[in-house]
Amino acid sequence: MISVSRVVKSYGSGAAQVRALDDVTMSVKKGEVFGVVGQSGAGKSTLIRTINALEQPDSGTVHVGGRDMTKLAGRELRQARHDIGMIFQHFNLLSGRTVRANVELSLEITGAGRAQRRTRALEILELVDLRGKADAYPAQLSGGQKQRVGIARALASNPSVLLSDEATSALDPDTTRQILDLIRQLSKDLGLTVLLITHEMDVVKRICDSAAVMSQGRILEHGSVEKLLTTEKSLLGQALFPLGDIPPTSNAVVEITFTGMATDRPVIAQLARQHGIDVGILGAAVETIHGRQTGRTRLELPGDERTVSGAVADLRSQGLYVEVIK
Amino acid sequence: MIDRNDPYFWADLLDTILKGAGETFYTVGVSLLLTVLFGLAAGVLLVTTEAHGLLARPLGSRALGVAVNRVLDVVVNIGRSIPFIILMILLIPFTRLLVGSFIGPTAAIVPLAIAGIPFFARLVEIGIREVPKGLVEAAQSLGATRWTILTKVLVAEAVPALALGLSTTVVGLIGYSAMVGAVGGGGLGDVAFRYGYQRYSPEYMFAVVILLILLVQLFQSLGNFAARRLSHR
Ligand SMILES: Nc1ncnc2c1ncn2[C@@H]1O[C@H](COP(=O)(O)OP(=O)(O)OP(=O)(O)O)[C@@H](O)[C@H]1O
Ligand SMILES: [Mg+2]
Repeated sequence: MISVSRVVKSYGSGAAQVRALDDVTMSVKKGEVFGVVGQSGAGKSTLIRTINALEQPDSGTVHVGGRDMTKLAGRELRQARHDIGMIFQHFNLLSGRTVRANVELSLEITGAGRAQRRTRALEILELVDLRGKADAYPAQLSGGQKQRVGIARALASNPSVLLSDEATSALDPDTTRQILDLIRQLSKDLGLTVLLITHEMDVVKRICDSAAVMSQGRILEHGSVEKLLTTEKSLLGQALFPLGDIPPTSNAVVEITFTGMATDRPVIAQLARQHGIDVGILGAAVETIHGRQTGRTRLELPGDERTVSGAVADLRSQGLYVEVIK
Repeated sequence: MIDRNDPYFWADLLDTILKGAGETFYTVGVSLLLTVLFGLAAGVLLVTTEAHGLLARPLGSRALGVAVNRVLDVVVNIGRSIPFIILMILLIPFTRLLVGSFIGPTAAIVPLAIAGIPFFARLVEIGIREVPKGLVEAAQSLGATRWTILTKVLVAEAVPALALGLSTTVVGLIGYSAMVGAVGGGGLGDVAFRYGYQRYSPEYMFAVVILLILLVQLFQSLGNFAARRLSHR
């Protein structure tokens, strides 16, 4: 649905030049929720802004639903944008318009008639559970409610893509969860493709099917969350399951990543029994990702090389992802 | 000197004051209309033709944007820096060319509008500048045209500030109109000058001053009230 290819974008010139995007290539499949994580200044906002052409790259192409956004201008560009909704960290609602009128702005822009605008605005407000606030002004709403209005406005014209630039960064943890769940729900119900950027791992964990990790204008990792978690030295995996430093030990250390049902099996007990290893648990972290228990355990395996490699092979044969740390 | 014991003294005073007030309303009203029209346009252009502004490239040309911005800025600064009394005199030939004479309420409109436009333009500029950039971006992301963004975002969100600016401008114009009146522009200034000063009638002077104070109070309060009602921040 979205495909970014070899995009470069610099700001400034000479010594002060910053490569906000440095040869970025990535793609988002139709209907998935894709998260881009990275530290401040990594280029996340710049990336998302090239998707709806708020920013023009120096080179490279950005395709959304088959259209090359970098080639569009004028009316064609505006029409392409009707199909790409966007929500913002600071909501960006018009203070002089009521909630309903804010949502209607989107429909005024697409040229819908008065009656149609009203019906559609109320319908979409119902969807974000804010119909009761239709006649309130943004200043009278909580942060979470404002973001719901932002979502309603973005989705009023029935776009197939939703872009989210740190949409929950100004919200408290509870509200963040509600908004993320709403986005997830809407993406399922409406078949929306969602690209969201964030610096919070929690966001990825909660709603993303796929993710990319960005740093200094480059994409370091890119793929489905499950795949990234079971990729050696995955930054995402390390960030999601922080196990701390490895303590000094002469024994072998391995890390096992569980996804799905493997968590139910008594893997460690079995290992001790079948291989006669006195397994030590150095650390463990478990998270619920998409409602599935996913976790990483760091084990210390005493014994000679043969015993250890036998144990590792056995674990792998059970479909577990095992990384030998030392 | 007017005879205070003349039985028609108060009736004459009322007549004269009303006629003067009528002329003042006319001059201020028309010049206000012109001020709002051109001042709004100039103020909006001042902000939007800046680098990265909405109209940074009018007709696709950045050079044109820069030119419009520079010229407006200079013109507005000149307009704001000339004291009104001098501007009035400087404009006499221009006024005569435009309306055929430099005396009377219609002629007074010219210097008033020319002083009012740059004054209001700066106030509009300040108001528009206060509209958060994110709002423009949000409208762009929805696929809005520049005209829609200009009217429904920039100007619409600045309305409370514009209402305040408008009342400040009206007050300024009333003050200037009295100055034009004193040199032949009619209105309340003319009454105060001819009756109050030249004919030593404290009653006329007093009546004009009271009326001016009331008018200024009225318009300022109206502006404040409107700004409060229109703002939902
Ligand atoms: N308009 C601009 N002019 C100059 N430099 C810019 C501009 N926009 C972004 N940059 C620079 O590009 C780099 C990437 O910025 P970007 O806003 O994309 O980062 P980000 O990952 O979104 O960060 P954050 O998490 O803080 O929002 C930064 O070094 C930033 O200073
Ligand atoms: Mg950012």
